[in-house]
Amino acid sequence: MTATGLTARAPSGAAPPDEVEKDATASPPQRRRHRLSRSDRRDLALGLKYISPWLIGILVFVVYPVGYSIYLSFTRYSGMGAPTWVGVGNYVTAFADPLVGKAAGNTLFFALIAVPLGLVVALTLALAMNQNVREVAWYRTIFYAPSLIPAFAMSFIFIVFLNPQFGAFNQVLNLFGESNVNLLGDPTGVKIAIILMAQLGAGNAALIFLAGLRNVPRTVYEAARVDGAGPMRQFLSITLPLLTPVLLFNLITGVSGALQVFTEAYIVTNGTGDPDAGALFYMMYLYKNAFGFAELGYASALAVLLFLAGLAMALLIFWCSRRFVNYDVEAS
Amino acid sequence: MSTTVRTESPRRQAPSRSADADQLNRRADGTRRPWYSTLIARTVMVVLSVLFLLPLYWMIISSLKSDEELAKFPPTFIPESWQFSNFVDAVTAMPFLHFFMNSAIITISVVLFSVISNFIVAYGFACLKWPGRDLMFYLVIATLFLPFPVTLIPMFDMWARLGLVNTMFPLIIPAMFGSAFYVFLLRQFLLQIPKDMLDAARIDGAREWTILWRLVFPTAKPALTTVAIFAAVASWNDFMGPLIYLQDESVQTLAIGLQSFRSVHAQDVSFNQLMAASFLVILPLLVLFFVFQRYFIRGITIGGFK
Repeated sequence: MTATGLTARAPSGAAPPDEVEKDATASPPQRRRHRLSRSDRRDLALGLKYISPWLIGILVFVVYPVGYSIYLSFTRYSGMGAPTWVGVGNYVTAFADPLVGKAAGNTLFFALIAVPLGLVVALTLALAMNQNVREVAWYRTIFYAPSLIPAFAMSFIFIVFLNPQFGAFNQVLNLFGESNVNLLGDPTGVKIAIILMAQLGAGNAALIFLAGLRNVPRTVYEAARVDGAGPMRQFLSITLPLLTPVLLFNLITGVSGALQVFTEAYIVTNGTGDPDAGALFYMMYLYKNAFGFAELGYASALAVLLFLAGLAMALLIFWCSRRFVNYDVEAS
Repeated sequence: MSTTVRTESPRRQAPSRSADADQLNRRADGTRRPWYSTLIARTVMVVLSVLFLLPLYWMIISSLKSDEELAKFPPTFIPESWQFSNFVDAVTAMPFLHFFMNSAIITISVVLFSVISNFIVAYGFACLKWPGRDLMFYLVIATLFLPFPVTLIPMFDMWARLGLVNTMFPLIIPAMFGSAFYVFLLRQFLLQIPKDMLDAARIDGAREWTILWRLVFPTAKPALTTVAIFAAVASWNDFMGPLIYLQDESVQTLAIGLQSFRSVHAQDVSFNQLMAASFLVILPLLVLFFVFQRYFIRGITIGGFK
């Protein structure tokens, strides 16, 4: 790498750091590089060589696209020819676009219900599995299995399951004396269906919770029992506080996943987002603009807004987490 | 139930066959747990197990029903006639084998490239010492939280300009450059390798590249298996990537192929065939999961301690 040219000028043998410092003052343009000793520079070159795949990857697949996305968001671009600069036009349009509001509302509705519900389901699974009943490995397998079913296949299953004429869901409703409903034909119902579908992926978060539970030192519980704390008290005063770092992790990944919900809605509505744009989630609308209407500039503006919304939510969660996340006892 | 012993995670010593219920109901300190603690847990888990198995069960029985039986209300919970021909019909109604091959090519390439590239990068972060390394690693962590939609359109634009839309390259090539999550996962594992072992090899004059493949690779096989499995599942199940890049039927994968076939040929493909085809898509993953279950669980739980 570039460091090799400088290595030649350093005295042979292991250069004492102070000698290099002196050398550095002699040639100001290369001052910063010369702060590193010869062996440091060799190490740096070697390290960079090994991480070079990732380094190239981050430039080509992260830095460039993020930068270009921001640029495109200020242009009108169909994918052909050159983008035309329109300033903040796309953003003005986005804020006035009723479908953006609709899509953001749907996504928020999904996130506000699916994420907390998912945390409760996952934590319940983990607490139950932590009881170490003999056949726990079976439950673990069963709870994780739906996470393997790809979203498109799960959506097909739900379409059959919720079918208004012959779906098993309606049979269950009939048991309770209700008449058949078409959940997927209702703007709120379709969202609820997708929220329920998302709950089947709780096995993943449950296993993370379970690992967290097993890291709580047993001695803490033993001490609490000696002090006469019952199961509920132990849960509220020990388990939950010590689990907050894991909770934070599952919350962040849950929110970021919820903001990007796409495949289920795409399959269930066959790409339309209907009825009445009830399943038009933010990513669906972004996809439609980019690949349906060839409005790549407008779609980029939507992507930048989603990015900012996600960032704001993450910061908000982190800010709130300072009040409730407990790092006192190191998970070891 | 004794088979559970084999699938228990290695970290916790599984109760042996002879261990009786009394042993299990005691805590580490020997005191008895209240009798209801496992009863409640069992009840919750059995109920939720039924709910979690229901979709898979419904998929399997629907795939075996005849058209008439599928359209019946109330639906049958066990097929009256087991129509295995649905599987044959599903595979022949659509270019299933073709989709399967495309999925296999993409998945195998992605797995191979992911394992190699992430291993090399993780070695750079875990086994080499160089100035700025930890700072650079924070950058890896930061990109973990970058939502991918923000890169979606420029990436499509780039592949389109290169003329590679409708080829498998946009889905394969990124795997050659590592990914933050797998680098993170492998680094956590490689950090556990004793530094003395590496230093001893270095003193003996071994080059890093030799140490990487001869010494560290055999040790890291469990972690690399975890990465391979995760990459395989993610690539096999990917929907949005193929949706955007693979528009021609000739290059489509199972995920997108099934959906586009359903929307284009709504009359030719019935839902029992779609269920049969979907089941065939999931089958390789279920086999993979049962064989490598502990690698799955390790990967997930490492991910939790970011």
